[in-house]
Amino acid sequence: MRSTIQFASAVLALAALAFNAMPAAVATETPDPVADARAFKKYFTEKFPKVKLEDFVNGPYSMNEDMHRQWEEKEQFPPYDFSLEAGKEMFAKPFKNGKTYADCFANQGIGIRQNYPYFDEKEGKVVTLELALNRCREANGEAPLSYVKDEMAALTAYMAFTSRGKPFDIKIPNDPRALEAFQNGKRYFYTRRGQLNFSCASCHVQNPGERIRAEILAPALGILNAMPIYRSEWGGMGTISRRFTTCNSQIRGVPLEPQADEYRDLEYYLSYVSNGLPISGPGARP
Amino acid sequence: MIRKPGMLKSLGVVALIAGTTAAFAASSEADFKAAYAAAEAANQEAGKLRNQWTTTTAALAAAKKAAAAGDFDQAVASSNAAEALAKASIFQATSEKEAWKAIEIR
Amino acid sequence: MASSIRVRATSSGETTEVQALIQHPMDSGFVKDAKGELIPPHFIQQLTFEYDGKNVFIADWGPAVSKDPYIKFSFKGGKKGDDLKISWIDNKGASDTTTAKIQ
Repeated sequence: MRSTIQFASAVLALAALAFNAMPAAVATETPDPVADARAFKKYFTEKFPKVKLEDFVNGPYSMNEDMHRQWEEKEQFPPYDFSLEAGKEMFAKPFKNGKTYADCFANQGIGIRQNYPYFDEKEGKVVTLELALNRCREANGEAPLSYVKDEMAALTAYMAFTSRGKPFDIKIPNDPRALEAFQNGKRYFYTRRGQLNFSCASCHVQNPGERIRAEILAPALGILNAMPIYRSEWGGMGTISRRFTTCNSQIRGVPLEPQADEYRDLEYYLSYVSNGLPISGPGARP
Repeated sequence: MIRKPGMLKSLGVVALIAGTTAAFAASSEADFKAAYAAAEAANQEAGKLRNQWTTTTAALAAAKKAAAAGDFDQAVASSNAAEALAKASIFQATSEKEAWKAIEIR
Repeated sequence: MASSIRVRATSSGETTEVQALIQHPMDSGFVKDAKGELIPPHFIQQLTFEYDGKNVFIADWGPAVSKDPYIKFSFKGGKKGDDLKISWIDNKGASDTTTAKIQ
């Protein structure tokens, strides 16, 4: 019986796709990140004229007054406090070989979160903060951390905290590979996936402020600024990797590996279009 | 029982359906293996497109579980469902290659 | 090791507002782990706030309260500089206590 339903929904999904698939008459253009970022900000500021630009980083709290009030109260004693404190200790603790995380980063790793991700021209790929942290560990003889929670969340929480208030400052060098990475990230963002046929945009561009079941959807503008987050739904901390992978499975798409090329490029795109908005991490979410 | 014209035809249809059902009831392990292989191949193709669905994975697992329990009818049904889902996910990935541009903020 | 209780109490003359964040797993006993086994219940059963020898707030908790609970309440009285004592005890018999100065 179940398989019959699944079969039927597969057929429906096919039909729905056929119905929605529009033969796009859009020519392949040269990527123009500056124009994209401008259009992105314009879309959200026009959709929500009462929300200040820097407030978009507060996600659902910028969309709902009652939630905003409760969140402001909670911020006096935020749930990410324990993780943040642990992250500060972890960051300072030397590796077995005597070196520390500070040795891997510019400015000792303090106040630099807003520069990630960046395009590494030597490698030809996007490097995220989470990836950089694990590479630092491996370069110093330590085992890599899980990308989704616990220590990785604590470390990125601390690094985000040292950058609080600093505006996102993502750079796209004049390199066709960097432009391609940006374009890949953009394409991923708008592409429908999973059996539920949602794209990131379905929720975060077409329906911010609306409800999906009991949750209020966040706008895509500034959506990474509060990461990592203590999410009540998770009962704990989660990183950007955690959010991307769980989002995929929620729409019934098999998640890619954390820090897969697609995810790195997605993070690159989403961070760049939020340039100028302040880092607010670590954050708390419902 | 009142005989009416067309009744024989209906009986014939019933027999056809019954016959078809009977054929299903006789699904063998070979039938399952073939159906499963087709489903897996489709899912792997979806994997190359980086667009597999969790429900496909679940249907494949259900097929394997049913086969292990000797219920090859169910195993074949689940495999067929998995193949349909996998093919739908391939269709999605292919059509989205262009379709995504329609919702891009410009 | 740091206390599991973080507290801030502010007096505004007539009333004192108290906020506290407590680090505790608050396992309900209904959740299964990755292996499919039930995680045993482990939650705070009683939380008490004591001022001037009297209990100003007592909470009797059960499995419905989530991990790392946050509490906020106000009570009449309380002077700046006075002590506020907070303690909890959980279903395993573990406990923690801390004292904070009202600001």
